[in-house]
Amino acid sequence: MVLDLFKKSKYITLRREGKTEIPDGLWVKCPRCNEILYTKDLERNLKVCQKCAYHFRLSAPERLKITLDPDSFHEYDSQLETADPLEFPQYKEKVTNARETTGLREAVVIGQGAINGYPLVIGVMDARFIMGSMGIVVGEKITRAIELALTKRLPLVIFCASGGARMQEGILSLTQMIKTSAALARFDEAGLLYISVLTDPTMGGVSASFGFLGDIILAEPGALIGFAGPRVIEQTIRQKLPEGFQQAEFLQNHGFIDLVVPRPKMRETLTTLLSLHLQEVK
Amino acid sequence: MPTIFEFEKPVVELECKITELKNFAREKNLNLDEEISTLERRLVALKAEIYGNLTPWQKVLMARHPERPSTRDYIERLFTDFIELHGDRCFGDDPAVIGGIGRFEGLPVTVVGHQKGHDTKENLACNFGMAHPEGCRKALRLMYQAEKFRRPVICFVDTPGAHCGIGAEERGQAEAIARNIRVMSTLKTPIIVIITGEGGSGGALALGVGDCVLMQEHAIFSISSPEACASILWKDASRAREAADALKLTADDLLRFRVIDEIVPEPLGGAHRQPAEATEILRKVVADKLETLKAFSIEELVSRRYQRYRGIGTEFLQEVT
Repeated sequence: MVLDLFKKSKYITLRREGKTEIPDGLWVKCPRCNEILYTKDLERNLKVCQKCAYHFRLSAPERLKITLDPDSFHEYDSQLETADPLEFPQYKEKVTNARETTGLREAVVIGQGAINGYPLVIGVMDARFIMGSMGIVVGEKITRAIELALTKRLPLVIFCASGGARMQEGILSLTQMIKTSAALARFDEAGLLYISVLTDPTMGGVSASFGFLGDIILAEPGALIGFAGPRVIEQTIRQKLPEGFQQAEFLQNHGFIDLVVPRPKMRETLTTLLSLHLQEVK
Repeated sequence: MPTIFEFEKPVVELECKITELKNFAREKNLNLDEEISTLERRLVALKAEIYGNLTPWQKVLMARHPERPSTRDYIERLFTDFIELHGDRCFGDDPAVIGGIGRFEGLPVTVVGHQKGHDTKENLACNFGMAHPEGCRKALRLMYQAEKFRRPVICFVDTPGAHCGIGAEERGQAEAIARNIRVMSTLKTPIIVIITGEGGSGGALALGVGDCVLMQEHAIFSISSPEACASILWKDASRAREAADALKLTADDLLRFRVIDEIVPEPLGGAHRQPAEATEILRKVVADKLETLKAFSIEELVSRRYQRYRGIGTEFLQEVT
């Protein structure tokens, strides 16, 4: 009888609502293996899951920080903005929103910096900004980066992260594919090195322009890379897509990517590639 | 049975009335010439009114009209000695892109274009004009050939977009499009692009970079189909009309944005109603453009082409301080 007092009669069940959101960002769940990761550890590991090596997406500032030598970065054209050329419904709000949440003015950051002392022009896209989509500002900044590298005769590295051309700027987004590719044609004729690094995701108008025009094309493990999005393909062909379809490793197997490079090896790989292309100063 | 759109009904009704009246006059041996010519004048005015004020969505329908002349139809009428050349020398021959060499007003030229069919059977055979990577690469091969033999290139653009599927991705759809764009931007021979129907997305660009971009009056050119746009942005493909308005995809819009250089007029009611006349109008414009481009050296041409694309849209950039 007395013991009954100590007996647990009922369990309290807590209903889980949707995804488990961990407050304060102390802990993060790996979307691939579901491992709960301590944010500080994850950051120390360059945002690669310690358990399954899943590569979390990086913001442009994070990418610049882990790629370039400290204090070597000098940003260009950070003040460029779009004037909403099509006056597309709800576009202005969307851009304002993206600016507030990312602290960036647009979906790409460009500038000059150095990797292990090797100077280069770098462009880094940020998928948080309207899915890294390319409108007139992204196209212009990428083109200016190419032109800058051409003028200074420096190697160019672009980290791509984009869903493609930006719908809300319509045909003008589409023509950015031509503008950037034409600038790269000139860069190519000048005999200079362009390395493109495809990160998650690199799709549509970005993969079908400067993404796939690198002299050397690197990619991060597991990154989604392709032209049409997997959902669109599935809806079109009404078939399940094969495992690993459009992932970096799949593209390497099909001959469209030079090398899949894990994030902790990226800086080292870029250093070696830059050193191999260093032109003797006469 | 020809395809008649809702907005064309008043035109068709009036046309029927005129035909009836003509038959009636003939049967009864009556002189109704005056009445008939009044109606005919009214028909011209009505057509001008309707076809001159199409909404963006109506333009989309016109651009996709099944009887609209295809690239092959234009090739047959515009060129002599045309020899079709097949294959990309890598993987296969893509029926969604046709190409070859022929003469335009006596001058040897290279021709490439997307091929759409006029009915389901034809469309299945050419994949609705949606190119695989091998279609892009076939066009690229023929363009390099044109450069070698100093032939101008004439491109016909009429595609809903590049094909979307497993094989296309495996064989590098994005790489194929990117390479075409880059090579076309510096190809050392004149390139004239004509958008004749749908200019859809990256697939259109793979054949769509040139010194001079012409667009037929009722063609469209867009970042994506209005259906895809509505489905991506609003998760609702049925809002395609709204998307067609928002995308600014008509020839007038594109001229305003300087994406195209000139609008090629079509006979009243669209190219499909009078394909022979539509071809002749096109012939004059193309001949004129080729003549203009002939005045430039190759270096000037390539440099002008670069500046053409370098400048598009830059007026909408803002520098904030």
